[in-house]
Amino acid sequence: MKALFAIFAAVLWAQLALAIDTAPAFADPAQQARYERVIRELRCLQCRSETIADSNATLAADLRRQTREMMAAGKSDQEIFQHMVDRYGDYVLYKPPVTPRTWLLWGAPILLLVGGGAIAAFVIARKSHLPDTDPADPGLGAS
Amino acid sequence: MLRFIIPIGLFAALVGFLFIGLGRDKQTLPSPLIGKPAPIFELPRVDDPTQKFSNRELAGRPYVVNIWGSWCVACREEHEALMQIARRGEVPLVGLNWKDELPLAQRWLQALGNPYVVSGFDPEGNVGIDWGAYGAPETFLVDAQGIIVYKYVSPMTLDVWQREFLPRIEQSGAKGE
Repeated sequence: MKALFAIFAAVLWAQLALAIDTAPAFADPAQQARYERVIRELRCLQCRSETIADSNATLAADLRRQTREMMAAGKSDQEIFQHMVDRYGDYVLYKPPVTPRTWLLWGAPILLLVGGGAIAAFVIARKSHLPDTDPADPGLGAS
Repeated sequence: MLRFIIPIGLFAALVGFLFIGLGRDKQTLPSPLIGKPAPIFELPRVDDPTQKFSNRELAGRPYVVNIWGSWCVACREEHEALMQIARRGEVPLVGLNWKDELPLAQRWLQALGNPYVVSGFDPEGNVGIDWGAYGAPETFLVDAQGIIVYKYVSPMTLDVWQREFLPRIEQSGAKGE
């Protein structure tokens, strides 16, 4: 068991060792925090399901470098996102803007909640009209 | 009756969605650059890095930009097709040598043949990013007005060239005259 833990810990440490950029990009902690927030909202186009903060694909490294350079040049978050969208489309953003094409995407949680709520209300309302004892279910009285 | 129709209907809808999903190409991203002016670049030439090349020099005529690298296996796969397209000579092929090393890129062209009128050397990858590249090979068609009219992501084949590129080149030529 102890050996298993040791292996598990070693694997976790190996993961840490793979961390992408070892040195912080900016000396100023506020800038560094801003940088980390921005790169967590941009998608790596090579690996699709990762942000450029998490990916060690070469394209992700290049997009991080461009992000750093634009921040150092005093560009706003909006300008950095626009730079990426101009080249890669809205897909590069982890939070796509609300447009007619994404209404279903953004509306899905509300639709599912309302739809599920309606079904639940319908079922509950119907069941509440049934008699308390169900002759088809002999086990009910026993429980 | 309803208790059968609803679950079966939902199941059928789910199967329908999944079936549509099977047939869809989810790897190719739509490029926001289609219909926009091609990004202008100026890069050292792969054959002679002391000289610079800019795609400004090709303004006024249609041309193709092919993003390649000696590290790219699929570029090796499409190379023969590019050689044949270059021999056909309908439009000039411009290479964008993306994230490569100069000796490797030069050796590639010497060993396999050079289908490009010129290749720009982009080791840092900034020009590739300007063109919205996310993986080589990618092939763009720029029309005589300097507008990107088509992008193909995958190894080029003669079939794709004839089906997708040639009709658009003819259209572009007709407009340009």
